[in-house]
Amino acid sequence: MSIEIDARGLRCPLPVIRLAAAAAEQPAGTTAAVLTTDPAASTDVPAWARMRGHVVVADEDHGDHRRIVVELG
Amino acid sequence: MSHPPPPAPSALDRAASRCYLDAGGAAPLHPLATQALLQASVEGWSSPERLHSEARAAASLLGAARETFAALVGARTEEVHLTPSHVASLHAAVATVAPARRRVGRGVVASAVERAAVLAAARHVAGDDGVTLVPVDRAGRVDAAEMADAVARPGVGLACLQHANGEVGTIQPLPLVHEAARTARVPLLVDAGASLGHADVPSSWDVLTADPADWGGPRGVGLLVVRRGVRVAPTGPEDADRWAPGGVNVANAFAAAVALKSVLADRAETAARLRALVDRLRTEVPRLVPDVEVVGDPDERLPHVLTFSCLYVDGEALLTELDRHGFAVGSGSACTSLTLEPSHVLRAMGVLTHGNVRLTLHPAVTSDDVVRFLAVLPGCVARVREQLGVQGL
Repeated sequence: MSIEIDARGLRCPLPVIRLAAAAAEQPAGTTAAVLTTDPAASTDVPAWARMRGHVVVADEDHGDHRRIVVELG
Repeated sequence: MSHPPPPAPSALDRAASRCYLDAGGAAPLHPLATQALLQASVEGWSSPERLHSEARAAASLLGAARETFAALVGARTEEVHLTPSHVASLHAAVATVAPARRRVGRGVVASAVERAAVLAAARHVAGDDGVTLVPVDRAGRVDAAEMADAVARPGVGLACLQHANGEVGTIQPLPLVHEAARTARVPLLVDAGASLGHADVPSSWDVLTADPADWGGPRGVGLLVVRRGVRVAPTGPEDADRWAPGGVNVANAFAAAVALKSVLADRAETAARLRALVDRLRTEVPRLVPDVEVVGDPDERLPHVLTFSCLYVDGEALLTELDRHGFAVGSGSACTSLTLEPSHVLRAMGVLTHGNVRLTLHPAVTSDDVVRFLAVLPGCVARVREQLGVQGL
């Protein structure tokens, strides 16, 4: 099971909030990706994941945005 | 006929409802600094390098300031220089020391959590490729061995390590890094801008900078100490005062020295009191506010600094909310910065950057202030979270 959240154009803390809201409805083991242009996201998504028991599996540079992938715990 | 100026709003009225917890680099003036500023402005207004009695009065105040600084930081008077600001000290230190070792190399090694002015100056003199950033752990501390390795590589002209980080309070392993730098014959610039006046600064440095505005001195003057034997290359156009072109502000320098002497005389007592207040905040903030990450080393840290980040909180909104309730605090969150970039320090540590609150206490902060802060903080955070609709996440 995997989901993708488009948070491009949103500033912190909104990308993390959108990701958390989408993740809340998913079972453990789901892969959740967030697309973001927020320079804080590469730090804040891993910090959120650590606080919530999830694991960041990728942080990809796509030029005009990043795609950060989290495996929900 | 001229009208008298309108009465200023009473400072006491304002002070009664305000609590200032953002003293890092902008502390309230020490009462003795206020007196000294007035005295030095009345007696030392002339230009100290001229050849008459009025100039000598100014020169004597400036000389007294430099002697005081020398005695307080453990240096010779001729090693003490005064600059227009802390940032000017850092820029001058990097820009004059790194190029002086051009034959060795002009590379700069710095911790990833140095003040932005150090990193900007390093890139300016060495280029992006010439700057090696040493990473830090989750607490914000560099690994001494890793920094030692970086300093020992060929082509390094200067190493930079702060004594303590002003954003999160963590103290760096200075003696070990200085030993390594000395072995590699690389001068070590130590930024004590967040620590002098608050913690004992070890003698492990070749170039030292410190910030009067951080210990209750006036703004508009900076301290730069260069040990004898450290080579410096002049930069910029020639001037009688290379460290403060056009001359240093004598009254500011004198008042800064008076303030430091007084602050250091009370330092142990002040530090113990503020450390107890910060310990209480450290324990209580995460107990009272859900989903808070307190950052910085819990033990090896400055006594007066506490930083925490609140999950799902907009830092700017939280600052505004706290300000409305009478509390002035700092933040490293992106939305509170001019560049809209989060603090490079929080990023280097890998901790939450949004919803960030930085408290830096000055000596007049009381236990009542802390109690009041703890009483309003949970409501402020809850209101910001409510606006963002994050219940149950």
